[in-house]
Order: sequence, then structure tokens, then C-alpha cells
Amino acid sequence: MPNALTITEAHKKLKAKKISSEELTRSCIKQIEAVDDKLNAVVYRNFEKALEEAKKVDKEGTFDHPLKGIPYLAKDVYCEKGIPTTGCSNVLRNKDYVPPFDSTTTKRLKEAGAISIGKTNTDEFTMGASTESSCYGVSTCPWDTSRVAGGSSGGSAAAVAADECIFALGTDTGGSIRQPAGFCGCVGLRSTYGRTSRYGVMSMASSLDTIGSLAKSVEDIALLLSAIAGKDPLDATTGDRAVPDYLAGLTGDIKGMTVGIPKEYFPDELDSEVHESIKNAVKTLKKLGVKTKEISLPHTKYAVPTYYVVVPSEISSNMARYDGIRYGHTAEAGDLIEYYFNARSEGFGDEVKRRIMIGTYALSAGYYDAYYRQAQKVRTLIKQDFEKAFEEVDVIVTPVSPTPAFKIGAHTDDPVAMYLEDVFSVSQALAGIPSLSVPCGFSKNKLPIALQIMGPQWGEERVLNVGYSFQKAMWPEGVPKPEIA
Amino acid sequence: MSLSKDDVKHIAKLARLNLKDSEVDKFTRELSSIIDYVDQLQEVDTKNVEPSEQVTGLTNGFREDKVIEKDATPDELLETSPLPIIERQIETPSAHGTN
Repeated sequence: MPNALTITEAHKKLKAKKISSEELTRSCIKQIEAVDDKLNAVVYRNFEKALEEAKKVDKEGTFDHPLKGIPYLAKDVYCEKGIPTTGCSNVLRNKDYVPPFDSTTTKRLKEAGAISIGKTNTDEFTMGASTESSCYGVSTCPWDTSRVAGGSSGGSAAAVAADECIFALGTDTGGSIRQPAGFCGCVGLRSTYGRTSRYGVMSMASSLDTIGSLAKSVEDIALLLSAIAGKDPLDATTGDRAVPDYLAGLTGDIKGMTVGIPKEYFPDELDSEVHESIKNAVKTLKKLGVKTKEISLPHTKYAVPTYYVVVPSEISSNMARYDGIRYGHTAEAGDLIEYYFNARSEGFGDEVKRRIMIGTYALSAGYYDAYYRQAQKVRTLIKQDFEKAFEEVDVIVTPVSPTPAFKIGAHTDDPVAMYLEDVFSVSQALAGIPSLSVPCGFSKNKLPIALQIMGPQWGEERVLNVGYSFQKAMWPEGVPKPEIA
Repeated sequence: MSLSKDDVKHIAKLARLNLKDSEVDKFTRELSSIIDYVDQLQEVDTKNVEPSEQVTGLTNGFREDKVIEKDATPDELLETSPLPIIERQIETPSAHGTN
């Protein structure tokens, strides 16, 4: 089925006129209609418009860009002109918010000729690690639908793994691309903060939010990064730094590189199957000619508490925009102040309320220094840990998450337990460095396990080349596909 | 518990959130457990450490003061409001109440 193709495979066939973009798009639509009842990955279907676009591309017939005519899904936080976009929140769902503008990323994809076929599920405004805080309900793992797809980009990860699209867009604030990619068995990259534009993507924590993609191969991730990265005048945190041809950087030669293995990421309580799988992945890398070195990132233990001060603080400010005036949920009220209270309280879910309140507390008079400022100082120490480590090693490898996909409902009554799911994925975000999630094995229950490959700031080329070399050695026939039951 | 019910009610008021009594109990418990957890940051020695306000290393991104984005018109932006639009202004509930 054409929907199972990668971007590079599909592009070859489109160019050789072996398939049309319409056929490719229809095969993704057919798959969504066949399996999405079980996965709940797609929350808005834009099929009619997508088919129109595909026909237009076919008529032109020039597949001059590798993304031309390729159907994709975007996480429900990417604004697309005229397409309902809700952040999977009742705040915006009540009167479906229809943005009158495009995010820079979807605009760049549109210009390249990619075809948007719909929106994917996420935790409410990306706040979560399981999609369970979505107003549309949980997305399930295609390998075992009694388990979560992960989060927050769980819909995008499930959709890519289940071949409902050729690739998908996600966002990563503290693991939200990498962890669901790992749970579902696809590839996902968090790029260096500032490498990609956040314009037109609903904000959670602005100093950590990054946008990126989930795909079926490292090649596709490289190709996509070249298409979406680079300076955007509409996002002042994107730098002038030139965008390399990341695909051309995949030489497959990593001989002589030094791979760091931080001991803090392998605690005694680490799931034994995850540990085994990462050990095997390191063996595979060694066969490819790398040296390994045990290193220490001593402030790792403080990453989650730092993250859960900085993030809610930024959230409490970012969520202030949902006041029921310019967009969103409306409410009955006697006066303006009551209107704010009612519109927000009715619209937001519990996790959003928790984070707004923690942030409000951490920033309030008398607590700012003890919480927010202290967290920003520890953030500096975490960043310095990585800077020191990258003086000795080229990349660092660890697990993406402490366990494979967990059962639906496993952590819903315990917010701290849910936050600890992020234990291996928030440090990189706090430091602003790139990090790739690549499938590296399966548990006995046939659940995917993923390897995390981190590089220094702006080190995407190196990270992708290691990921590419690993993927080729580990999965010569491609990453295995789930049977959805 | 690191937070009292009154603390939570006060925070909710600052954040413009209504809480029912049962929610005050629940959030007092949950927010306290989060605060207890993040309190371990206090044990880190951060003397002479500068806070990280940002990680890009960029300073002052200047550009010319010209309109560069004309994607959405003012009318389109107004249309997304759930409230009535009168003469290109959003009519909000009165700050002084209706009575």
C-alpha cells in the first residue's frame, strides 16, 4: 500500500509516475478510515481539500521538490488558514477556532507542495505525556491499543506508525516528539531551540517549545528539517545560521566517533528490557566503529523539578490569552471579571489548571526567587553539564523514556508520577540541544523501545548521521510495522 | 502539606479560575505534592550561577519597522471572537456589571 511508503520512496514513485499524489493521498485517507476508530489519532479530517490539492499537484506533474504531493498530518496546535485548530482544548473547541493565518512551518510545507490532510491529537495545549488530557480523549498505541500512544504528540506518532500519513508534525517542549515516537515505533527529532520557527504554533512554554517532525526514517527527518528550518522574521528566536542540506549529511560513516553514555540515565530502577535494548543498540554502534565513554551529567536528577517550575511559570503567562475575548470559549457573566473567571474555568481541563496555578505560585511575590529564579539557575548548571560532556564526546546516547508505552489511566491520578515519565527527555530541552528518538528494539510484549541520540547545540547533522547509520544497521528492512487490533 | 486551602484559593483568584469546594481539596493535595517534589531544587548550590533566561545566545534581533506579514486582515481577526462585534470593536461584558 502506498501509504506505508517513506517520503523518499514515495517521491521516487511520484517522479517516475508510478503513482499519483491523488492515489497516495487516498491510500492515507483509506487507512485513517480503517484504523482510526481504534487509534483516535486524527481529530480533524481535511480530506476534500487535500484531494483537491493532490489533483492540482498531479496536473502540474512536476515533482521538483521531494515533498511535492506528499500527504501529512499536523498536530492540532499548528495554525492553518481556514482549518479548525483547537489545541485539543475545550477553550477553542466550543466555537471551533479557525485561524486566519498559517504557521510558518505549514506555510513552508505548502510552498514545497506537501498536502495537509488533517489534524492530530495532543494533550490539551501539549500539556502531558499521554494525550489523556486531550478534550477528544486518548490516542492509543498502535502496537497495543490498551496503552497510550505517548504525548503530547501522541496522535502524530500513532498516525505515522500506523501509516495514516507519510509524515506528521509535532512539537517538543520536554519530550513531546521523542517519547511518543518511541512509544509508537517511529522516528522523531527535537531540533536545537531556534532552529525552527514557532510562529503560528500555539505556545505552551516559549523558552522551550520547538517544532519538528515525526517520520518513518531518519532520511525523511533530515529532508524535512532542511525544508522547515531557518530564520523566520516572525520568530525572533530563530537565528541567521545557514540551513545545511541535512539529507546530504547522511554519509553512513560514523567510524571513530566517541559516544558518551551518561551513568545517570541508567538507574537501578530502569526497566530491564529498556536497559537491555539500549545495551544492544550500543553494541550495534560499536560495530559501526564508534568508541564509547562513560560520562556524568551530574545535575540530571534536578532536570524534572527544574522543568516543572520553568514550564508552568511560562504557561501561566501564555494561557492568559484565553480570556474568552479574542477567541475561544464564551460564558454567561454579570460583569467582565466574572466573564474571565467563567470562560477560563469552563474551558480549561485539570492539567492546564494545575500548571497555571503552579506557575502563578512560582512567580508570585515572595516565591519568585525561591522557585523561578532558582530553577533558571539550575537550568544553567544542566546546560553546563552538556557543554562539558560535549568537549569529550561527539554524541550522547540514552533511553528516551524509562519504560515502553504504559497502560491508559496508569498515571491519571498522580501528576508527579506523570511528570516523572519525562525524566530522560527534559534535560535536552532545558539545554536547548538537539535530540533524536530512533526505534532500537521491542519488549517481550512487542512494545517498541527507543534510543535517544543527543548532540551539541546546532549539531543536527551529526545526530542525524548517527541515527541514520544506526537505523540502517539495526533495521535493514525498515522499522517493523504494527498489526493494529 | 506545603499549601493550605486558603493558599490555593488565593492562587486560583490570581489566575482567574473558579474552584468548587471539592476542587479546592483536590488541587490543594495535588499542587502540594508538586511543590514538595520541586522543593528539592533548594538543595542545589547556585551561588555565583547566572540564571538562564534563554538558550539561543542571540541578542537583540532588530529589523526594519515595516509590515512584513499581511496574512490576516483585521476583519478576519475580529471574526474569531465569540463576542459581538460593533463598529470593528469587540463588545465585552461591562466592567461595572449590567445592573
